[in-house]
Amino acid sequence: MLSIKNLQASIEDKQILKGINLEVKPGEVHAIMGPNGSGKSTLASVLAGREDYTVTEGEVNFMGNDLLDMDPEIRAREGIFLAFQYPIEIPGVSTTNFLKTAVNQVREHRGLEKLDAVSFLKVMKEKMKMVEIDQALLSRSLNEGFSGGEKKRNEIFQMAMLEPKLAILDETDSGLDIDALKIVANGVNLLKNKDNATIVVTHYQRLLDYIVPDFVHVLYKGRIVKSGTKELALELEEKGYDWIKEEVDAAV
Amino acid sequence: MSNNINQTLINKFEEFEASLNGASTSAVHDIRKLGIKAFDQIGLPSLKHEEYKFTNLSKVLEKKFDWIAPHHESTQITLETLADFEIPNLDAYRIVFINGEYAEELSDHQNVKFTISELQNVAEADTDIFEKHFGKHATYEDDAFAALNTAFVKNGTFIKVDKNVVVDKPIAIYNLSDASAGESVNYPRNLILADQSSQVSIIELFGTIGNHNSLVNTVTEIVLGENAIVDYYKIGNDAENAYHVGMTQVYQPNNSTFTANTIAFGGGIIRNNLQIKIDGEGCTANMNGLYLLNGKSHVDNHTVVDHIRPNSESNELYKGILDDSSKGVFNGKVFVRKEAQKTNAFQSNKNILLTDDAVINTKPQLEIWADDVKCSHGCTTGQLDLDAMFYLQARGIDKDKAKAMLLYAFAIDVLDNVKIEALKDHLDQIIAKRFNQEF
Repeated sequence: MLSIKNLQASIEDKQILKGINLEVKPGEVHAIMGPNGSGKSTLASVLAGREDYTVTEGEVNFMGNDLLDMDPEIRAREGIFLAFQYPIEIPGVSTTNFLKTAVNQVREHRGLEKLDAVSFLKVMKEKMKMVEIDQALLSRSLNEGFSGGEKKRNEIFQMAMLEPKLAILDETDSGLDIDALKIVANGVNLLKNKDNATIVVTHYQRLLDYIVPDFVHVLYKGRIVKSGTKELALELEEKGYDWIKEEVDAAV
Repeated sequence: MSNNINQTLINKFEEFEASLNGASTSAVHDIRKLGIKAFDQIGLPSLKHEEYKFTNLSKVLEKKFDWIAPHHESTQITLETLADFEIPNLDAYRIVFINGEYAEELSDHQNVKFTISELQNVAEADTDIFEKHFGKHATYEDDAFAALNTAFVKNGTFIKVDKNVVVDKPIAIYNLSDASAGESVNYPRNLILADQSSQVSIIELFGTIGNHNSLVNTVTEIVLGENAIVDYYKIGNDAENAYHVGMTQVYQPNNSTFTANTIAFGGGIIRNNLQIKIDGEGCTANMNGLYLLNGKSHVDNHTVVDHIRPNSESNELYKGILDDSSKGVFNGKVFVRKEAQKTNAFQSNKNILLTDDAVINTKPQLEIWADDVKCSHGCTTGQLDLDAMFYLQARGIDKDKAKAMLLYAFAIDVLDNVKIEALKDHLDQIIAKRFNQEF
């Protein structure tokens, strides 16, 4: 589904990603972990198409197409979804109207009929249950005045509405209390099936108790320096990142 | 440079006076003479004039209009012509001016709950009201354009809403310049009295028929009674060779509420002067403005709110979106006099510049002599929020649509104050068309 080869990217002439290689197949959950500043969020942003970053080398193939050649909105319509680490507050745009526009532009691209107001509301109600999000929240301006937990739940709700092929969760767990974390993880698990895949970017192992990964990758200094199964995450939780840093720095 | 044009205008007044024959001894004409006398003393403002620093109307008068040319007859304006300017589905009383003259056959105010008369008649029949109000609020002594309007006013309307009357429908005043046969220069004038505990909504619209240059110099005086409520809308959406300078002067006594919504979508130069005198306690004055400009449009909003007495509040919010090489000017003065304790005055001006060539000059000006007040002001100018753009795009929304959504969202807190649904829909339509979108 997703094939990343030697991906290198920089921001304002500072190189952040120094050659990422990653293969993701349908049905898989990959966790990307790593110390602060290792490039985790950059990877998520580059995949979603944020223009602040310049890709200097490498290629990314998504479902047979060159992902890097697509505008952010085309990536989203093709099935990439980025759950933002810091969802943006947009005063004056109601969540409902925003999502209706988004869902219909995505459906149009996928060759599906646009949803009318009634069917849209019906779909919305179903998905709202999944992430236990309140209707009142959705009639408000997008993320404006939402608590941290509400913002993250809103991200997962949007994901449920847009039905992506590949969901990238960028530190969705950071700052969440355990109840909010469970709700978010539960939503992600309900959306999982054999045809879609998830990349979970996180600093902490705790989320992985609830969203169980098939693979765990450690990112350090812009490269994946270690890959393993969920046991690797537990080891990182116990020993911290220092032993990996030492291993890598010694090898250089 | 302006000496020439100043003298031309004074000569023009003499011609106008001669054309009036017997009417030149009326009460209205006495005030006209005061107007031209004031103009003679002040003359057109140069760019050195603090209030006209960024808006060179004098140059427009000098370069764009041929004052010597004979007066062009208005063409036949029919209801069909008017329909192009009307707000769809608006249920309102209609008052139409063509080139500053009241057009009875196009107006529709049957079974009205207010009285409308021509100022000339008021001057004769209602001498007290005329003397008390006409030209007493819009001070022509220190503003050249108000002075010119006062000098050249042909007639004008007088609208009076009686005590305790709630006018059931908005009053829409269409000010159309007929520039189909040649340039049009005109001077509409309104005096509106909303008596004690009355309530009325007024919409002033401006437009040009034909392709020649037009210049509207308008004055509207609005005098509220105690406890009266007036909603006032001024909508400007005109061509780049249409010029406009307008003064809206408002007087508020105790417990009155006045709300102005000043909205401009384009025009060669539009200068809106909104001046509110709060001469009572328990008053609220709201000033909302939106300017959504493209091309070479130039819109200048000058507002003054003068808190003379204690325990009142004013709220001001102006927002601008400037595209292409359009230009905006905002100047908001708030005076809180020594006696006006416990005043709450808030002012905000926010702008988005969409290109490097768009310009905004903004100047908030608070002068506070009282010591127990709550006042704040702020202005911001920025570009489109790229993080928000990316967020919307990352959800599959294309760039143009994302941009339109964000700009509409920026304007929404001004538009939300528009309480007349048909008008709100009309404004939404104009905005949607501007952004090539359907909302």
